[in-house]
Amino acid sequence: MKTGSESPIIVLGARLLSPFIMLFGLYVIFHGHYSPGGGFQGGALLAASVLLMRVASGTQISSLMVKESLTTPLGVVGVLIYFGTGLLAFLMGGDFLDYGALPIPGLSPEYLRYTGILIIEIGVGLAVMMVMILLYDKMATGEEEVE
Amino acid sequence: MYWEFELILFVFLLLVGLVALEVKDLLVSVVMLSAFSFTMALMFTSMGAVDVGFTEAVVGAGVTGILFLIALYQTTQKSKD
Repeated sequence: MKTGSESPIIVLGARLLSPFIMLFGLYVIFHGHYSPGGGFQGGALLAASVLLMRVASGTQISSLMVKESLTTPLGVVGVLIYFGTGLLAFLMGGDFLDYGALPIPGLSPEYLRYTGILIIEIGVGLAVMMVMILLYDKMATGEEEVE
Repeated sequence: MYWEFELILFVFLLLVGLVALEVKDLLVSVVMLSAFSFTMALMFTSMGAVDVGFTEAVVGAGVTGILFLIALYQTTQKSKD
């Protein structure tokens, strides 16, 4: 799967479609706390936009969007955002993942919960996106590493 | 109240599932499984579970199809009967 498709029509179609899928994924993540959707679905949409480019044009061209060596560190960063937010609330005197105890100045408790869920969903979306791209990369290059 | 719509979806679901099971070409089978997932997503949405339908449409019809496709291209078909 290194070479990808030869047809310029498929590559052009994927290039046209990919940014809109990515924009919709960002919309789903940032509106996840008061409408259907959320971190997992938005992250899967973001991953789908990158995977579409990888299927259509091969790994070499589409690694301009997300480098293969970048997937594991960014996935770890996503998990750390999730865990760090929960632990920060725990250390500030609340329960684990109690967004009302987050130390953000100038916000009422309702807006603290609102912002806390948004931070959690950004972390979940980043982790899901990167792990799905990592699965694809490992499956696409798995044969060559064995030889 | 949407029973006509759901009946059409059920019939289409059975048809797509049978084609995915019985067809010889595995690429056709993968595409039919994606269509199956998308029909399931429409049914979840018509039953009121928008969040579940959303997840089914994104993961079942999008990412799983791509992963099946990669697995298909990484393996070779030895027998030609």
